[in-house]
Amino acid sequence: MEKSIKKYFALFALPALICFLISFVIPFIWGFVLSFCEFTTITDVTFVGFKNYVRAFTVDNYFTHAFFFTLAFAIVSVITINIIAFALALALTRSIPGTNAFRTIFFMPNLIGGIVLGWIWQVIINGVLAYFEKTIAVDAAYGFWGLVVLMNWQNVGYMMVIYIAAIQNIPTDMLEAADIDGANYWTKLRKIIIPAVMPSITICLFLTTTNGFKLYDQNLALTAGNPNHQTEMLALNIFNTFYSRIGFEGVGQAKAVIFTILVAMIALLQLYTTRRKEIEN
Amino acid sequence: MKKTLSIILIIALALSSAFAGGASESNANEVYFLNFKPEIADVYTDIVAPAFEEETGLSLRVVTAASNQYQTTLRSEMAKSNPPVIFQVNGPVGVQAFTNDVAPLEDTGFYALLADKSMAIEQNGHVVGIPYAVEGYGIIYNDAIMRKYFALPDKAVDISSADEIRNFATLKAVVEDMTKHLDELGIKGVFASTSMASGTDWRWQTHLFNMPLWKEFGDILTTTEASTFEFTYNENYKALWDLYLDNSTTAKGMVSAKTDADSMAEFALGQCAMVQNGNWGAAQILGQAGNVVASEDIKFLPLYMGFEGEESQGLCVGTENYLSINIHASDEAKKNADTFLTWLFSSETGKKIVKENLMFITPFNSFTEEELPEDPLAKEVNRWMNMDGVTSVPWAFQGIPSEQWKQDFGGALLQYINGSMDWNAVVEIARNSWSVEAEIAGR
Repeated sequence: MEKSIKKYFALFALPALICFLISFVIPFIWGFVLSFCEFTTITDVTFVGFKNYVRAFTVDNYFTHAFFFTLAFAIVSVITINIIAFALALALTRSIPGTNAFRTIFFMPNLIGGIVLGWIWQVIINGVLAYFEKTIAVDAAYGFWGLVVLMNWQNVGYMMVIYIAAIQNIPTDMLEAADIDGANYWTKLRKIIIPAVMPSITICLFLTTTNGFKLYDQNLALTAGNPNHQTEMLALNIFNTFYSRIGFEGVGQAKAVIFTILVAMIALLQLYTTRRKEIEN
Repeated sequence: MKKTLSIILIIALALSSAFAGGASESNANEVYFLNFKPEIADVYTDIVAPAFEEETGLSLRVVTAASNQYQTTLRSEMAKSNPPVIFQVNGPVGVQAFTNDVAPLEDTGFYALLADKSMAIEQNGHVVGIPYAVEGYGIIYNDAIMRKYFALPDKAVDISSADEIRNFATLKAVVEDMTKHLDELGIKGVFASTSMASGTDWRWQTHLFNMPLWKEFGDILTTTEASTFEFTYNENYKALWDLYLDNSTTAKGMVSAKTDADSMAEFALGQCAMVQNGNWGAAQILGQAGNVVASEDIKFLPLYMGFEGEESQGLCVGTENYLSINIHASDEAKKNADTFLTWLFSSETGKKIVKENLMFITPFNSFTEEELPEDPLAKEVNRWMNMDGVTSVPWAFQGIPSEQWKQDFGGALLQYINGSMDWNAVVEIARNSWSVEAEIAGR
């Protein structure tokens, strides 16, 4: 058995490996190289050293502003998404009628693409703000909370499903033993349920953090950075940099490299801290 | 046996994935044109390409970039092994991004057709971009509504037709008095929405802004080389800008949700009397479902903003549409590209298509007076260009140092509308951003 797996490993893995190489590894490496070059088309490049990295921060402060805006957004949305998703998961694992229908309904927004969701919410928010003769582009705060609401709407259902699966996997004897010992609901939640679903919390925090940082299409469709770049997040800023000035394609690329390193660092740090809280099986 | 079989299978898989994309053969007899104008994409594929193939035996492949995506599409197409032979650049600043890709055009038949050789883009002593369509813009007005206004018994102005509006003071008086009579005129506002939705503020940060820019620098070349910009005529810009905003169909707080297409629809549906746009908007007005504006009522007015002697000021006439030929294409492909362009703008069939289907006002000597397009706005542009005592305003905005400047200025304009920035701050942003961007552009 072992032997034949080895023998056919190449046969089964090779197509996927080739695809991975062509569509991920090569562009990734080439993208890194491009961040040190000036170019218009990616095949005709001139090496310029660290100039692009310097320009990413010195020409305007939109990139740093985008970083802090994204950070604030990620923190708020990670907290709200996980709390709401966990609360829904707790509610929908109790024996009340219609739980399956509610699970489906909460999950459904996740099936719609980001651009479409962005447009839908733009219409809704502008529709409400129209009573005050305003739009979402009037104030950066509207854009910020609009994005938070949109992100919750889209992600709560997905995270809820992960939490539901984890809660249903908690051995009932543990909960019964706690009942016999006279523990109330809060004690059970704190001492049994949360420690038992810690692996899922790790996954959900990881997913929501990286989603929050990588957000692009929702940002583009909902506010497009208005007013005046104030609601522009990192990914959108990178795209806008690419076409903003002649010779700035490399600067956009440099920002993309910084962005990748940053997101990887934050995600790994977050994984490391929550992993330590997981209980060993 | 099994081993050989698995090796063969692996090789087969590897090979099939390598060729899965299928290499497209480059064809020397094919002219590859990357078209900029999505509104006429069908004309190229359905009418131009078959006619060209029938008359010359060469084939034409037209790829059209989606609206606002030309730069993105062009960059990726240029990187391919079979790049476009003919592509569009939007002016002297736009050509700088493709400095290494544009071929010299002075020996082409296409360049020989150009009536005013000074209109072409030159770079290091070579002609590298040739304009193919001249466009004009100003304030489009609906003469039927204007006639209705001038027939009112209690109108506050002395003049009796829109033709007599020849300066900003008159325009302001008429517009403000019209706002007092909205119900009698049956409109929601004098001007269509000042569209400020993202990506649709080009009518203000580029087109309207052309006026103070031209007044300060005088011509395109000086603008293209300017390292600083004072915005001397900012009060004039503000005067017309405020007039648009205060007499609009849409409340100030709501304009950031409006697009230029919304504005054109409002005009076509008779909800407003005026809209700032160019002759390319004719199709948008006449093609709008429920359009109530008769084609003979669509007229142009220059962008008056209170300059000295503006009675002699015409429409803003110029072009952003230059064609360049890819220097990396084979000699034969370049020759075929020239054959195509010369054919389109000088053969009988080609000229007929340009007039009736593409509807360009061309800058070529091969076109006679009768061969100009017949849509109302193109005719109006032509009328203003040839009016006695009136001089057209050139498109000085081509010298704006970068796209970023336009974004910065547009963003500031939006904040001014929202009341979160005063006018002096807007002017300051326009000045500072100009020096920063000009320096990056190497001026």
